[in-house]
Amino acid sequence: MRAFIRFLQGAGITLAALAAVVLWMSAPLLLLAASPALPAWLLFSRAGRQALAVAASGLSTVPQRLGGTSVIVVGIGGVVAVLVALLSMAAGFEATLSESGSDATAIVLRAGADAEVSSGLERADVTLVAQAPGVARDARNAPLASPEVVVIANIPLRSSGTDANVVVRGVGPGVWGVRPEVRMLAGRRFEPGLRELVVGQGALRQFSGIEPGAEIRLNNQSWRIVGTFASGDAHDSELWGDAETVATAYRRNGFQSVTLRLDGAQGLERLRAALDGDPRLKVDVETTREYYNKQSEQLTRMIRVLGTGVAVIMAIGAVFGAINTMYAAIAARAREIATLRALGFTGVPVVVAVLLESMLLALAGGALGAAIAYALFHGYTVSTLGGNFSQVVFQFQVTPALLLQGMQWALGLGFIGGLLPALRAARIPITAALRES
Amino acid sequence: MKYLHLIWMGLRRKRTRTLLTLLSVAAAFALFGLLDAVRVAFTAPQNLAGIDRLIVSSRFSIIQPLPFAHLARMQAVPGVREIAYANWFGGVYQDPKNFFPTIAVSPQSFLDIHPEILIEPGQRQAFIATRTGTIVGAALAERFGWKVGDKIPLQATIFPNKDGSILWALDLVGIFRAAQPELRGMEQQLFFNFAYFDEAREFGQGTVGWYIVKVDDPAQVDRIALAIDRLFANSSDETKSQSERDFQLSFAKQIGDIGLIVTAIMGAVFFALVLLTGNTMAQAIRDRIPELAVLKTLGFTHRLILSIVLAESMLLLVLGGVGGLVTARLSLPVISAASGGQFDLPMAPQTWWLGTALALLIGVVVGLPPALRAMRLSIVDALSGR
Repeated sequence: MRAFIRFLQGAGITLAALAAVVLWMSAPLLLLAASPALPAWLLFSRAGRQALAVAASGLSTVPQRLGGTSVIVVGIGGVVAVLVALLSMAAGFEATLSESGSDATAIVLRAGADAEVSSGLERADVTLVAQAPGVARDARNAPLASPEVVVIANIPLRSSGTDANVVVRGVGPGVWGVRPEVRMLAGRRFEPGLRELVVGQGALRQFSGIEPGAEIRLNNQSWRIVGTFASGDAHDSELWGDAETVATAYRRNGFQSVTLRLDGAQGLERLRAALDGDPRLKVDVETTREYYNKQSEQLTRMIRVLGTGVAVIMAIGAVFGAINTMYAAIAARAREIATLRALGFTGVPVVVAVLLESMLLALAGGALGAAIAYALFHGYTVSTLGGNFSQVVFQFQVTPALLLQGMQWALGLGFIGGLLPALRAARIPITAALRES
Repeated sequence: MKYLHLIWMGLRRKRTRTLLTLLSVAAAFALFGLLDAVRVAFTAPQNLAGIDRLIVSSRFSIIQPLPFAHLARMQAVPGVREIAYANWFGGVYQDPKNFFPTIAVSPQSFLDIHPEILIEPGQRQAFIATRTGTIVGAALAERFGWKVGDKIPLQATIFPNKDGSILWALDLVGIFRAAQPELRGMEQQLFFNFAYFDEAREFGQGTVGWYIVKVDDPAQVDRIALAIDRLFANSSDETKSQSERDFQLSFAKQIGDIGLIVTAIMGAVFFALVLLTGNTMAQAIRDRIPELAVLKTLGFTHRLILSIVLAESMLLLVLGGVGGLVTARLSLPVISAASGGQFDLPMAPQTWWLGTALALLIGVVVGLPPALRAMRLSIVDALSGR
């Protein structure tokens, strides 16, 4: 019977602890809202003050057992660092692509095409699209649209010296009106009709031989770089030139996409209705925001799953390490704890004190890990193969939300790691522990 | 072996601690196993496939097609045995999320020069003879439940049909397997008949995406690549010929940054986990100093004490390590199933060897400091707890 009651107790505690961890990971705000109760309890109730005293005496021995405590701090720090670093990579990639799009501009591709590089539009189509209702017009009543040609060039990476794919985007004369956020950093815009290119700041950083003034070869023709631009999004990874000239160089007789500025909030609907209703056209239209979100979806999801998966496996290892350490710490203090209990301390303060200790150490580890991830990776620039078979340059973004998420993990792990040892501490048989050497 | 029992009792001394340490080690090595499977999948094609094959593509970029007329001129280059050609189709099945490589190929020559594609002779003949025929990898067939005889409608993302639709109806005539487990990534691909593709596509007739050139002698690959590139130098369709290995490597390098960073981060992770485990291990042995002193009193030599402690640490690491590797091996099929076959990674024999070797090595590194300490122990001090 006693065994059965103990089993029920154990099962109950396990379930409650699991529920607490799940609640903490899914809705931390709920628990945070209740958190002022904890310091109040610690400071003003008898058991709380006892818990504080036990925890303080435990923490005062930390310097003497640095080896053990470093297992918790470093282990959980590692989990948090990896989690934050990998998620910040996903966040950076997603931000770069989602900033490339907006709800005010739309992109028109051939029906079925999933990226610009696989799309194609004929000249006549482009004219029809640009003249359609729903497209914003400039002061001279010309549609704000940029028919574009996307080709891929091989340019050596600075880092490895090996060729990588770069988007060379031929843009129409209207592009500066369609994408007003693009500004020149140095040099000047390209002249339509000439073999001139401007290069995005991200591309300039990742690739060699494309500084302003340099000549590069595209399809066996020589092109001059005349300036650099910043757009703050995926276009930073590209080289821009005149659409007609790029198309001629690559023997293309058409375009791949049309990007246009929408006329007000209803613009997209009017444009879509007009394009769908025109039997001469087989095209898809969507806002650039939708288009770029789709482009980033797969990679960011993959990195997230990967990052979380690795963090979970690591967390399992780190929790076992933490449990070990806390068991050792309690074994070392068995006599002290038994003495306290003999003096009349109840089990609750002891449990709380051990949990406090492990969670504080875990928090320190989490802060360490987050700091490392921030110091090493925030703003770190990388490039990878993106949607158009070409390089996308982006930066890691360690956002405050990610840092908080890291802390959330750290506290959760500290709690799990401390729970079993805490229960053990509360159950140490007093007489046996007092006799132990 | 005589002391195995003693070592075992050492591990059993604090069973909770040993168990937890084992689990930590197992977690670390499970991570290692998964990561190494990814690494092998990344690098296997470079090591296994195509040292006697050249990929000939446009010099300017991979999206530029090459004229069909290059074929005859390349065939005249001495040392060339056979040439196949292919074009990226970029189709999707039912939903854009169902992405897998779809490639139009010249059936006979393509199968001739890719002996790692295993297919029954009857299905092979059917693929060569059927205009709308297609063959798919076993993993892909399993993913969508396809059987030979099925019709597969592919939605084109690049190439509309001449009739203006984007649907291409293909007849599944064969299912192939990859010859080596490391190449199982191939089984995610779909190949169909180039003749049908070229005839029915709306634009681009008479061009191919790339040529695959099989040479007689792998040692001659560089010379032949140069000869081919020279043939078309200064023409409007210059070529870039590289061995298949270099071609695939160039893609891996472009994904590069991310792969490198992920590997670096995870390497650090693995190491941190192992070091922490080592700390626990060292702690366990420190606790037993008096016991070791007793052993010494009984006449155990310095060297024996050293080997017993080392053996214990190595045993712990190897047990945990192999446990972790087994866990990784068991979870790979689960990951594959959960991802709809997209991450279908085999665990290569080298991963087992490398993992076990690492476990042994780490066992030595972790066990050595406490082992040395135990060896140098002064009996009197240790017994009196000093």
